Amino acid sequence: MFDSLANRFDSIFQKIRSRGRLSSTDVDEVLREIRLALLEADVHIGVVRHLIDRLRDDLVGLELSKSLSPGEQVIKAVNQELTTLLGGEDFKILYAPRPPTVILLAGLQGAGKTTTSAKLAEWFKSQGRHPLLVGADLQRPAAVEQLRILGSQVKVPVFSEPGNPVDVAKKGLEEAIRTGRDVLIVDTAGRLAIDKELMQEVQRISATITPNYTFFVVDAMIGQDAVSTAKAFHDALDLDAIILTKLDGDARGGAALSVREVVGKPIAFASTGEKIGDFDLFHPERMASRILGMGDVLSLIEKAEKTYDQEAAKRAADALSEGTFNLDDFLAQMREIKKMGSLSSLLAMVPGIPNEMRNANIDEKEIGRLEAIISSMTRAERLDPSLIDGSRKLRIAKGAGVSTSQVNLVLQQFKEAKKMISSMAFGDVVLKKIKKSGKKKSGGRVTPKGANSPTRHK
Amino acid sequence: MLIVIIVLILAVVILAVLGGTFLLNRSRRSSKSQEHQTVLEKIGTVKAPPPSVEEAIDELHAERGISELDWTPPKLEDRLSKAKGLFGGYLPSVLGRGSILDQSWDDLEEALVLADVGLAATKSILENLKVVVKQEKIKEPKDLIASLKTELVRRLELNDAPIDLKFGQGGPTVWLFVGVNGVGKTTTIGKLAAREVKAGKKVLLAAGDTFRAAASEQLEQWAERSGADITKGSEGADPSSVIFDAIEKAAARNYDLVLADTAGRLHTKANLMEELKKVRRVSAKEPGQLCEVLLVLDATTGQNGLIQASEFKDATDLTGVVLTKLDGTAKGGIAIAISETLGIPIKLIGIGESVADLIAFEPQNFVEAIIS
Repeated sequence: MFDSLANRFDSIFQKIRSRGRLSSTDVDEVLREIRLALLEADVHIGVVRHLIDRLRDDLVGLELSKSLSPGEQVIKAVNQELTTLLGGEDFKILYAPRPPTVILLAGLQGAGKTTTSAKLAEWFKSQGRHPLLVGADLQRPAAVEQLRILGSQVKVPVFSEPGNPVDVAKKGLEEAIRTGRDVLIVDTAGRLAIDKELMQEVQRISATITPNYTFFVVDAMIGQDAVSTAKAFHDALDLDAIILTKLDGDARGGAALSVREVVGKPIAFASTGEKIGDFDLFHPERMASRILGMGDVLSLIEKAEKTYDQEAAKRAADALSEGTFNLDDFLAQMREIKKMGSLSSLLAMVPGIPNEMRNANIDEKEIGRLEAIISSMTRAERLDPSLIDGSRKLRIAKGAGVSTSQVNLVLQQFKEAKKMISSMAFGDVVLKKIKKSGKKKSGGRVTPKGANSPTRHK
Repeated sequence: MLIVIIVLILAVVILAVLGGTFLLNRSRRSSKSQEHQTVLEKIGTVKAPPPSVEEAIDELHAERGISELDWTPPKLEDRLSKAKGLFGGYLPSVLGRGSILDQSWDDLEEALVLADVGLAATKSILENLKVVVKQEKIKEPKDLIASLKTELVRRLELNDAPIDLKFGQGGPTVWLFVGVNGVGKTTTIGKLAAREVKAGKKVLLAAGDTFRAAASEQLEQWAERSGADITKGSEGADPSSVIFDAIEKAAARNYDLVLADTAGRLHTKANLMEELKKVRRVSAKEPGQLCEVLLVLDATTGQNGLIQASEFKDATDLTGVVLTKLDGTAKGGIAIAISETLGIPIKLIGIGESVADLIAFEPQNFVEAIIS
């Protein structure tokens, strides 16, 4: 997602963090680096210029504050600007008092409008609504068939007929009213912003069905052109919000920043995978912290809440804080974590990870081997690894089908990891705090020192 | 390393599970409190009265579309002239100055970045250009622009890279098309099918996109239009076997050419890239002659295009790039970085919706068309 941009900022701030105060040449250097990072992330050049100007203003007064180190202040300033750029708050749908709530999707060819239509329908269904899909893309071969198939997958009716798109949209609206559907989602053909004829056509569709929301669907991989295209669509259709697709790639997503800034409309939804369910409201706060290398803690929390066993977590927290965390606990926890998804995807959400580790190539097969090694130990050995002598090692290695040196490595690494966890920001103190639990401060310490969560500075 | 990572994730997860509920609730609350400001006060507002449907139909009756094949040869300059403006604001200001100033270099940098050339490539282009300007004692802005064009063309011209798509001997030629979602793979195949059928070839389309809903129907319509035949599998079928079936059929019935479609996939999806490697291996099996593996790339793509091309190259050993949607405002500058950094030639460009709008890539014309 926005990982690469986050990495860039990481390396910039690594430099500043190690210094006590920020000189004016530091500010220039920081700004130059930020400019480079943003441009390589496909943020529009005009947007970059504004952002840099605003940041310069922010950073000039920096010496005045005594509460934070200069490095922390830069992070805070950049973070705030990015959050503002991405839109400070989540998007909310207001339903029309007289249904249906009409939604029009428009965008370039291949942005993902048809797939998004179906995902949006599924999302509205999950909100207890009854959408009707309208296939008004009569241009691309089999676009309507595609929508019909997707519609049947999400069990939402699809209306379309041959003819012209304006007619189809109008009849779709009538159909929704007739059949009592309360949300109407109109899929349109992809078009170029400079194609006058087709832009007029979509304007006529819009004038005919007077949508409550017009969404501009845009590919997260788009480059500098995002801005002029979005502007042209905005001029023609008076957009209400943006839907960002294909965010599950590794595009740095500068388009998100730029379009939001230039059109002045929020990013409402983001599509993060090929499955119908991989689609949700866009969370600007989460993205901003992700860009800044602070991890997407909130998404991680949501994931954890869904899959992680509360009791198991509590036991592990106790063990960690009391220093009794053993390989048995480790094995149990590792299995829980595996349920949450691939390690690399989880790691991407963890805040404050050094770059070397974030970029580490994690071979998911290694986890299986690790599991085999630990499973080959007796319970007594897992509770007290110091029991493991040469002959036990040999047995374990044979049991797991590995060499003894690999067993050694696991034991050694586990010792180091235990040491590390007690020295980390979320070590003893924090864990004890959490154990008293419910205390309001506990959640806030999820972010490492220096990386201030955007929510806390509101 | 692995254990460290697991423990790290574990620690955060524990914090999340035990302490996170509060954080999450707070963030939900904070959004709520500002609901009134963020709410779009659209409901109830009336937009301009709609024109009658009849009116709309009248205006629309000029039926667009690709149902009738339009073979009017397009002019790249005409098509791209719509999209001019890359140097629109910058070229006059560079040319308008009496000499080459620092500001001129800034203008060029900005223009190239805006064309998605990328900051790294832009810097390298301008550094080379500065050397040339110094060596050749260039003083005139118009000579500066001419040198820039030369520099760009140089970077796009790969040594001995054949532009024409290759045909094999002793079995049906296979061209395989790969790329991320929504770049125009199926449409490109449709256009190429029409071109090759017109050139007298017996063409078979292999509907290897068994994932996206109605992808094979889309290709089927193209087969009808172009006069090619098609081999389809069921939805969710193994793409390798669909393509191999097509190749065997092509060999048995003396087809000249198999155009193999694949499902769009993001290059970050390891399992899908593995699937694609298999498709590539199977496509190269006898009796087929796999002659081209083409990456279809959307010209609107930004810097991510380079990573895309690199990943697809690693997985499928690309022979070329098809740059689509160049008729919009996007400049496709990333093609320069791809061609130069990865050594993959751009072979075709798409500059419009009709079948004739897929044309051979010529560096000279490409550069002329965007810098003029």
